[in-house]
Amino acid sequence: MSANEHHIMPMKTYNVVFITLLILTAFTVLIAQFDFGAMNTLIAMLVATVKATLVGMYFMHLKYEDKTYAVCLLSGVFFLIIMFAFIAVDVGSRVIETNTL
Amino acid sequence: MSKHHHAHHFDSAEAEFEASKFGVWVFLCTEILMFGGLFVGYILYAGKYPEVFEAGSQFLDWKLGAINTAVLLLSSYTIAISIRNIQTGETKKAINNMIITLLCGFAFMGIKGYEYNHKFHLGLYPGKYFSYDAKAHHGDVKDTAPGDHNKPELMDNLPENIPMYFSFYFLMTGIHGTHVLIGMGLIFWCLMRTRRGDFSPDYYTGLEGAALFWHLVDLVWIYLFPLLYLV
Repeated sequence: MSANEHHIMPMKTYNVVFITLLILTAFTVLIAQFDFGAMNTLIAMLVATVKATLVGMYFMHLKYEDKTYAVCLLSGVFFLIIMFAFIAVDVGSRVIETNTL
Repeated sequence: MSKHHHAHHFDSAEAEFEASKFGVWVFLCTEILMFGGLFVGYILYAGKYPEVFEAGSQFLDWKLGAINTAVLLLSSYTIAISIRNIQTGETKKAINNMIITLLCGFAFMGIKGYEYNHKFHLGLYPGKYFSYDAKAHHGDVKDTAPGDHNKPELMDNLPENIPMYFSFYFLMTGIHGTHVLIGMGLIFWCLMRTRRGDFSPDYYTGLEGAALFWHLVDLVWIYLFPLLYLV
């Protein structure tokens, strides 16, 4: 009974996702050649996130399955963002004490 | 052919499959948080000392990093296909795809080993073990980052805390590499089970879990590659 319940994705989807991932990798390398200052890291992280989403949705089947797994994953990401935000605020708001005497 | 029967405390094979899978996902969450801690540390220090990270990445060959990215993406693709092969009952194809995935794992670790070896040779160790001599190795460092990231003047004038970059580099790639090795072990186990006839369209929980873990290893590398190699 379970066999019929599992969504079987067509080969074409896997192929398209794989090719897209390769193109995005080439794009990341290409974009690194230009200097956009702080934007470089931001663009690289954005492209990486698009790639990660593709892997998650199609290779890890999140798109076609019960949302429980996606919620589980996103809760992890949520706490990661909290960790990052609070540490960034802490580090950013520190006053470096220097001896001026 | 051994036929799988779901454990008595589950209503159905489907319930068992979903519960197992949820367990794997919870584990993957803990993995994301563990790697996340390293990423948070990396991003904050890279924001504070950008020159250190820019200089450090000059020692990395972006071509090797890009090849490794493609290798891992291919391995993710083949392991995803192997699940599809099991779902459609094409066991032979599934085994072939698992073998390709394993070979990709070996290729990744081989390239990683080559990179590590090159750095050890130059004395690019993490933290206090750092013993790189800029004068002795002048021109010996193969560069590396594309375009204007090629900055030889950076190589001669390394920032004082450059060893910090290599602490991050070895810690992050080292833990990631360990995950690749564990993932290869899991896929080998699935390969043996498939050969034994354990998996069928009705039951492939082990392979599903191993594949999810393998995809996570790929996900981590998707972020590591631009952060470490393309600064």
